[in-house]
Amino acid sequence: MPVQYYIFLSIALFCIGIMGVLMRRNAIIIFMCIELMLNAVNLLLVAFSKMWADAGRIDAAAAQIFVFFIMVVAAAEVAVGLAIIVMVYRNTHSVDINILNRLKN
Amino acid sequence: MNSLISTALSGVVLMFVGLFVSNRQRIKYFAIALVLVAFVANLLELSTLQGGSQTLFGMLEVSKFGLLFNAVMLGATLLYFLLCGSEFEKVGEHVADYFALIFFILSGIMLASGFSSLLMLFLAIEIISIPQYILAGADKKNLKSNEASLKYFLMGSFSTGILLMGIALIYGASGTFNINELALGTGELHPLTIGGIMLLIFALAFKVSAVPFHFWTPDVYDGSPTVFTAFMATVVKAGGFIAFLRLFHVSFTGGAISQHWLLVLAIIAAATLVLGNLTAVFQQSVKRMLAYSSIAQAGFMLLAVIALNETATQGIILYAAAYSVATIGMFGVLMKVKDYTFEGFNGLARKQPLLALAATIFLFSLAGIPLTAGFFAKYFVLSAVVQQGNLLWLVILAVICAAISVYYYFRVIMAMYFKAGEPEVGVITPAFRTVLIIAIIIVIVLGVYPGVLLQWA
Repeated sequence: MPVQYYIFLSIALFCIGIMGVLMRRNAIIIFMCIELMLNAVNLLLVAFSKMWADAGRIDAAAAQIFVFFIMVVAAAEVAVGLAIIVMVYRNTHSVDINILNRLKN
Repeated sequence: MNSLISTALSGVVLMFVGLFVSNRQRIKYFAIALVLVAFVANLLELSTLQGGSQTLFGMLEVSKFGLLFNAVMLGATLLYFLLCGSEFEKVGEHVADYFALIFFILSGIMLASGFSSLLMLFLAIEIISIPQYILAGADKKNLKSNEASLKYFLMGSFSTGILLMGIALIYGASGTFNINELALGTGELHPLTIGGIMLLIFALAFKVSAVPFHFWTPDVYDGSPTVFTAFMATVVKAGGFIAFLRLFHVSFTGGAISQHWLLVLAIIAAATLVLGNLTAVFQQSVKRMLAYSSIAQAGFMLLAVIALNETATQGIILYAAAYSVATIGMFGVLMKVKDYTFEGFNGLARKQPLLALAATIFLFSLAGIPLTAGFFAKYFVLSAVVQQGNLLWLVILAVICAAISVYYYFRVIMAMYFKAGEPEVGVITPAFRTVLIIAIIIVIVLGVYPGVLLQWA
């Protein structure tokens, strides 16, 4: 399968993620959309890794190692992010990102 | 390398110290000692480094420039701990953890000043960002702090996604993550490369809060506990710039490629300067004014990224030092004043002459008045752009914006010296006075003789 298919799929997933972040109001869903963006990048990196390996680069596995780093950092981000969302929920009983603006005024 | 290891270890050690030591004063002194150790270790490495630079497995590069920048950042953190360290315990109970998080941020900055692989760039940016989300929300019961934390987290991880997409596209076009091997300027450009560079510009502009990606900054800086805002607006912001500068000066320079991003970055810098300065004029709270002023100062630091020459790299070190010391000092004074509005500063000169004098000198430095560090910082950055030659309109715009900035900085000075009032001021210890005087001396020495710092580069 040509690598273009992977590029188009990844960019489509990435754009769905971006639209989700910009349009949804629920903090958890925004968070899921961010994860979708990161996974689109992971898919793209793996596809590029295979492409460069076929082209004869011996260090093409570096991109796959990169994917592991993204997963680890994303997990660290989830740990912090969910804690923040729980903190907000405790104080406001909502995970809507507009509620804080309303409560402040 | 020494400083990277020692800051990362210090963070881990401090988290455990929090379990066993309950005396907050002692934790503070311990943290100050640890940052001093990292500072000295860094200076030792700087003075013994042989042959310009040294590469570690193609991942990190230890260079004189990077080490000097690390020294400036560690020095600024030392000043910050000395000046604001006792405010930590007013935020919450977990003082040792706050110090630990700040050490983790520092280790991220050490990575950012020396990465030579895009993987390390990604890790550096993330190590700098994630502890900040926690620090922004440290005041757990306060809704403003909650909002700051949530907003910063969502925006920050969104921009991380964009950064990663940029890295992936550049990898697709070039097949390597090493910034020295990228050398994109030589051949003809792949469309993926251009897309990748644009995404990287957007993501990094987000991290350093350049217009039009600045909208999170005022809310986050205003909502976070003031003591952590002081750190985020200074050391962390400079750390973001060093990553920016390093990436663009090493891999995206030369012929065809810089044409593609120079104009975009110049427009971002111009918008940052204009919008940051104009919005700062209309603020009623000094803390919020400093948030917008940090956006405006980011515009000046962006000029150094655009200029792409030797003067610019010297300029960014000087700017980082001048801006960090002055802003940390200003936040130190701000935290002693109970009311953060401009009226809260009325009559401060009569009640606390030293506090008012220190604030005046820091504000002079931020505005770029001669004989203070800010003057030479602005001078170096602007002359770097003049040498570059193509962007004279940007220099003129920057000078006009610097003139505008004098207005809102001087509003504070006017309030302190020429208006009557009874400001409420916190307790000022002799130690605080001493540190404030040291900060004033640093600002003036750098303003009279910037070579003290630059001779090391």
